[in-house]
Amino acid sequence: MMLMRGNAACPGCPIPRELDALLEVTGKNTVLVVPASCTTVIMGDSKGMPSKVPVIHSAFAASAAIASGVKSALDARGEKATVVVWAGDGGTGDIGFASLSGAAERNEDIIYVCYDNEAYMNTGVQRSGLTPYGAWTTTTPSGKRERKKPLPQLVAQHGVPYVATASIAYLFDYQAKIRKAKDITGFRYIHLLSPCPPGWKFDSSLTVQVAKLAVETGIWPLYEIEDGKLRLTSVSKTLLDKANRKPVVEYLKLQGRFANLSDEDVKRIQNDVDEMWEELSKIVS
Amino acid sequence: MQTTYKRSIVTGMVGNHAVAYAVRQAKPQVLAVYPITPQTTMLEKLSEYIDKGQLKARLIRVESEHSALASVYGAALSGARVFTATASQGLLYMTEMIYWAGGQRVPMVAAVATRAIASPWSILDDHQDIMGKRDSIWVQMSAENVQEAYDLTLMAFRISEHENVTLPVMMGFDGFILTHTMERVEVLPDEVVDQFLPERRFNLVDFDDPVGVGSVATPEDYMFYRYEAQRSMERAKRVIEDIGKDYENITGREYGLVECYMCEDADYLVISMGAWSGDARVAAQRERDKGLRAGLLKIRVFRPFPKEKVREYVRRVRGVVVMDRAVSFGSGGVLGIEVKSSSYGLDVPIHNVIGGLGGKDVRPMHIQKVLEDLSQGKLEEERWLL
Repeated sequence: MMLMRGNAACPGCPIPRELDALLEVTGKNTVLVVPASCTTVIMGDSKGMPSKVPVIHSAFAASAAIASGVKSALDARGEKATVVVWAGDGGTGDIGFASLSGAAERNEDIIYVCYDNEAYMNTGVQRSGLTPYGAWTTTTPSGKRERKKPLPQLVAQHGVPYVATASIAYLFDYQAKIRKAKDITGFRYIHLLSPCPPGWKFDSSLTVQVAKLAVETGIWPLYEIEDGKLRLTSVSKTLLDKANRKPVVEYLKLQGRFANLSDEDVKRIQNDVDEMWEELSKIVS
Repeated sequence: MQTTYKRSIVTGMVGNHAVAYAVRQAKPQVLAVYPITPQTTMLEKLSEYIDKGQLKARLIRVESEHSALASVYGAALSGARVFTATASQGLLYMTEMIYWAGGQRVPMVAAVATRAIASPWSILDDHQDIMGKRDSIWVQMSAENVQEAYDLTLMAFRISEHENVTLPVMMGFDGFILTHTMERVEVLPDEVVDQFLPERRFNLVDFDDPVGVGSVATPEDYMFYRYEAQRSMERAKRVIEDIGKDYENITGREYGLVECYMCEDADYLVISMGAWSGDARVAAQRERDKGLRAGLLKIRVFRPFPKEKVREYVRRVRGVVVMDRAVSFGSGGVLGIEVKSSSYGLDVPIHNVIGGLGGKDVRPMHIQKVLEDLSQGKLEEERWLL
């Protein structure tokens, strides 16, 4: 275990396991750069040190730039190491987007992981650019009216060598992607859907099940984009056939944040997912 | 005393190039700079040095000043000597990371080509940008001319990395007035700089003994961090003077926290900071020629503020005028506030003159007029040179 037990995560929070799974692959010579987020709290106060690798906490908007500097300095020192940004959806897609985009455009030799819990959870569930359509948050009390920002695609558009999506419910797939990313030089991006029991309003025993349903319903396709080519991975490979996809309502109904969706809303979300798979089928075939 | 300074190379350079020259000699491994007027030609010169292999460093061409300081912050934590530069809005945009670097007491050097702040827009010189960063736990220095900008840049690295200090250092020099003006400069040979600047040792990224940097602090820890920062600022005064003496041994140029020009026996004192200290020098000399015993006390180091020195000189005179290019609105000139605070309890009137904002011209004759009014008891407590 690279991340020690007894950290300050909420019950049912997938972040410690997600982080641990990452460090299992990247190993001792990893530097974590963590902007303001749930992980800041999970990592504990200045007296404790729940991680067995160096952690640089950072200002919200700065992490990709800090990681660029860390990697440059380690290169100058001749030190072989993996530099990983570990950031939430706000720190990645909203306030941190400029530095993310800058680092991607410069093709910095870092791995950027976005653990996406689809809102500003650390400040108490406020809407982010990555909150999906229809979801309740404290700043969208009657449900968000806009769609989720397509972040993996936006990063891929920078022409970086590696982009992948992942889910804690498919651990081997996630770790295989980190392993692959570790051996690539340049900017690597992994987008990890990270269900949040209090923020999404589901029972803390259901985290993995919710994460699994996001994939099985097709809402969260697992793929990797290498040298511009998209390849579906794991169970998502079978989901091009609509018959293999579970209806989105199975994913939505487990979560209190979608409790107020109308039938029309559910239909719209199903349509969006079907359309996305239409697009995917054109890209992969 | 060994005098090696005869080996100095005499040349002519604009301020931005002189600072870039000093940075090349300091051999940072990582730089990150975003172009902003009037700093840009420094970035261009640094790019050229790296392109030609004259400086072996990674220059991270970032997308913003926020990222510029973030990059060098990460690099500095990881053991590299680093440098960045900016001005005005860029310094404002960096501000969040400026506090991170100060809060973690990370050694690094930033050159600030001082410039007015919007709104309204002005690309010309004053000190509102750099003075606005006075509480961010950075050592702050200010150059009077291109020579000082070069010298202070070299000294800044050594001050910043000194084990009794470990604080980031800001080297301010007036936009356009110094950045773009060609002056006679004496530069040191590279090998002399190598001797002056020891190898950097600070590194917080250790895989065998990992630590967390900048994590959440309890109230007790947080306050202690701040207490330590204050102590390190106090220690820095001595270190800066010692390093100044070392530098004087090499160059023959004197570098203390303040510089006294004809102020030992002065009746009336001008206190100033930055490029217009040159004009104040001329004004004081002209007034001397006319029979008024005027002197100049130049503040070279603003943080830590040399209050003991200021008090020592203020106590001897009959009146003081502090020249300010930055205002704490609703209170007064920033340097004026510092001087008044340092002189608490002394029975010496301290007047504050505010001028030169947004590049408004101030000449020796303006400062002469102020000195004359001061000596005749006609100077208000706060006067604006409108």
